[in-house]
Amino acid sequence: MASKVQVSARLEEKSPGLPYAAFILGWLVPGLGHVLTRHWIRAALLFASITSMFTLGIMMQGKLYQANVGDVLEMLGFAGDLGGGALYILSRVMDLGHGAVQVATADYGTKFIVVAGLLNVISAVDAHNLRIGRKPAC
Amino acid sequence: MLAVSHFSAVLLFATFASVVFGITQRTNPKAMVKYGLYCWAMFVGIVIAASWLMWFIRR
Repeated sequence: MASKVQVSARLEEKSPGLPYAAFILGWLVPGLGHVLTRHWIRAALLFASITSMFTLGIMMQGKLYQANVGDVLEMLGFAGDLGGGALYILSRVMDLGHGAVQVATADYGTKFIVVAGLLNVISAVDAHNLRIGRKPAC
Repeated sequence: MLAVSHFSAVLLFATFASVVFGITQRTNPKAMVKYGLYCWAMFVGIVIAASWLMWFIRR
């Protein structure tokens, strides 16, 4: 049975360079963390899924939350949106995501954007786990 | 502007979320596909079941 010291030593061997590089890159661009771990198909699928979800949310006139210290739900919405990484930053720079209260499905768009951000965080954590060897690479 | 129906939104949501869940929550490709399909069926199935439940409550 491998001791804790042996396991941590094995994890360090499998993570050359910056240990959090896969997490940071995966957060910035969906799937880029998996590119770093050479999982090309997973990277492509994650990029397509998360980017499509975020883009559809914007196209449905969903709302992009901004940094705030007011309502708790607004703060949580911002945290979720921020998970989108560069997608969120780019959309804010392009002045998108103002939301349309008169459109019934615009609220779905808002949820699509938040969930895309949260899924991106899950994907970035997965890339980090693959990078450090916590998750076996198949 | 994109205006999708409620059910189309459910199908899109289920598809994208299931792809990410499948890839991140399982280790080998076969298990990923199986888990992704399971998640998709659960997302859509529960929505349909809840919709019928609400229809009966309204009656």
